This record gives sequence, C-alpha cells and structure tokens, in this order.
Amino acid sequence: MGHHAMNIGARLDESARESSLLLLVAQSRDVDAFRSLFEIFAPRLRAFVGRNAGAALVEDIVQETFVNVWRKANLYNPERASAATWIYTIARNARIDLLRKTFRPEVDANDPALVPEPAEPAFEQISRDQEDVRLKRALSALPAEQHEVLRLAYFADMAHGDIAAHLNLPLGTVKSRIRLALRRIRLEFGEEP
Amino acid sequence: MTIRHHPSAELILDYAAGGLAHGPALAVASHLVLCPHCRRTTQRLEALGGRLMADAVGSQNDSGRAFDAILSKIAGGADESVPALQPATAVFPHPLRMALGGDIGTVPWKRLGMGAYHYIIPSDDGPATARLLLIPAGRPVPVHTHVGTELTLTLRGAYTDATGHFACGDLQEADDSLTHQPHATPDEDCICLAVTEAPLRFKSWPARILQPLLGI
Repeated sequence: MGHHAMNIGARLDESARESSLLLLVAQSRDVDAFRSLFEIFAPRLRAFVGRNAGAALVEDIVQETFVNVWRKANLYNPERASAATWIYTIARNARIDLLRKTFRPEVDANDPALVPEPAEPAFEQISRDQEDVRLKRALSALPAEQHEVLRLAYFADMAHGDIAAHLNLPLGTVKSRIRLALRRIRLEFGEEP
Repeated sequence: MTIRHHPSAELILDYAAGGLAHGPALAVASHLVLCPHCRRTTQRLEALGGRLMADAVGSQNDSGRAFDAILSKIAGGADESVPALQPATAVFPHPLRMALGGDIGTVPWKRLGMGAYHYIIPSDDGPATARLLLIPAGRPVPVHTHVGTELTLTLRGAYTDATGHFACGDLQEADDSLTHQPHATPDEDCICLAVTEAPLRFKSWPARILQPLLGI
C-alpha cells in the first residue's frame, strides 16, 4: 500500500512538471520547454499509436500532434486536464484528421448553444489531481484482460469487432470486458454502475 | 433542459478514443454540447486515454531529427491557429453548425411526405448517414427498422415512440431489433439529428418503393 501511494505521489510530481512545461510553451513560447515535452511524450505517443499503424503514418501523427501542441498551447487549461490527457486529445484528433480528411466533431467551450454545468453542482466536486489518483487506482485494479481490451480501444481505429478479431475472441466477450472495465471506473468515481 | 436519455458509456468511450465514424461522432458531440453530465464522463474517458498513452513504454529513436522537422514546420506555417469565431446566439450545437455550414435557418430541407422534411448531411466518411428530420407537431415518421444502430438526437420539440419520450438534448440509441414509429408531440414541430449505420428499412410498401426516390 505504502509503495502504491508513493508511486501515485511520484506521478503527481511528474504530472505537475509536465503541466508547467506546457504552460511555459503557451505563455512564453519557450522552445526548451517544448523540446522537453517532445522528449517526454513523443516516444510514448509512438508506442501508443504505433501498434496499429505503419511507421510513416506514426511519424506523421507525431509531427502533426506537436505542431498542434505548439499552436494550440494557449487553449490548455491545467484545471481541466493533465498535460498527458490534453496531448492525448490533440494526438487523437491529429490522427483522425490525417486518416479521414474530415474534421472531428468537437465541443467548443465558447459555443453559445453550450448548456453550462448547473451552478449548484449536481456532481461531486473533486480536484483534477484526485481524479487522476482515482483513475490510476481504477486502472491498476483492472484484470489484465480488461486492461488489454481498453488499450486496444484507445489505440487507433479499432472498433470492437476489430479488437475481437485481433484477440481471436467472440465480439460479445470484447463488449462485456469493455463494459466491466467501464463499470469498475465508474465505481471508483462513486457513480452507480 | 432535463436530459433523460444519454449515450451509453461504451459510445462515449468510442468517441473519446477517436473510434467513431463522422456521423455518430457528430451526434455524440452535439449531445455533449447540451449535456454537462456526459461532458464530464467524456473528460474522464479522455483522461483514461491520456493515462494509457502516458503508460506506454517507448524508446528514443531519431528524436533530434523529428523535433527539428517539427520546428521547421512551425516556422514555415502560419503560426497561431485562430479558434472558430462563435456567433452571439445559436440554436444548433457548434459541431452540427460546422457540418451544415450554418444554423437552423439555412437547412435546405427536402420534402419527405406526410408533412415531414429531411436533409442528408453530406459526408464521405463511411456508410453511416446523418440526416436532419423535421416532423410536424403530432405527426408520425414512417415505421422503420434499422440495419445496425440508429442514434437520434432531439434538437427541438419532442417525440415519443413505444420505448419512451425524447425531448431536446435526449439521445436515443436504438439497435436493429427496434421497429418503431416515432410521433412528434402535439405542441411543437420536432427537429432531430438521426444517424444510421446503413439505410433505413421502412415497413410499409409505399415508403419502401419511394425510399430510393426520396433518397432516404
């Protein structure tokens, strides 16, 4: 347990450092901070998208992602997302834009049609750090088979049918593993399963 | 706005993971604009993606050259991206306005029969069809079944079918086992965004014969 808590503590320090690098890019156009972010995240991003894509496409995605990290850094809000999460969403969208040549439908925080969160929060208010801790805890508690299915769902264009073919499993098994993993995560956040 | 029908966690997962085709992603993103609850779920599932990416183990290879290529691309292009300018007011959610190139007043409605209108949103992304439907107050949409899933997001007014009542912001996720005849509620015309994986199958002969002609 103590070891586990230490891991999470180290992760939070790391996460705070990554956020401040991203803020330096946003506020000071700091190329050294940008290079540090690239050194931290490019290898992980390559590994993350690489499983299901050719090497050339992987490099295109990495390049497009970091060009957009530079250009959109001023939109990063550390209260809403960790640097890893924000860069993940940039990479996801870069990948879709490259593969499909259609824009990805996205929520714009300035949309006048946006229905805001109720003033009296209907949700439990927890900090993003606490959210990270819970997410980490939920992920580490997942059985390996559910973890694997989740990872495949997030890597690339793997529809549930593709995941089933990849793992040589019936589609129903893949769907139920995804459902179970999501239920575990909802439970961690105190929501009804 | 009280939303009672939300997308399933699995559908939001696929949106957050980037696995949805354009049509379903359009329906989910438009629902998110109207639903703070599902926005929060989406944020959490994006954080899950961030976590999984951060946990991936990579190796440094040739990073210097790749980084220099990025710097020169940044130097070469127009530097800052300009976020889309938002109007002062809007009826349709931003993702839908982007797909339509306008808001509710600019939809080039086509007659569908029985007083209903529709407009198919052009897309070259896969077999899914996204269409806007306008059903006059109190009138039905022809009975149909689906091949695959149908997502219906109510944008104005409301409709009911055998399974429930669907008002503004509600997203109905119907699979191919559902044969339904939605009726707009009597008080107001109903506008919704319907996304089908494959063309609808209408039950009645006239609708089926007319289907290819109507392009529905």
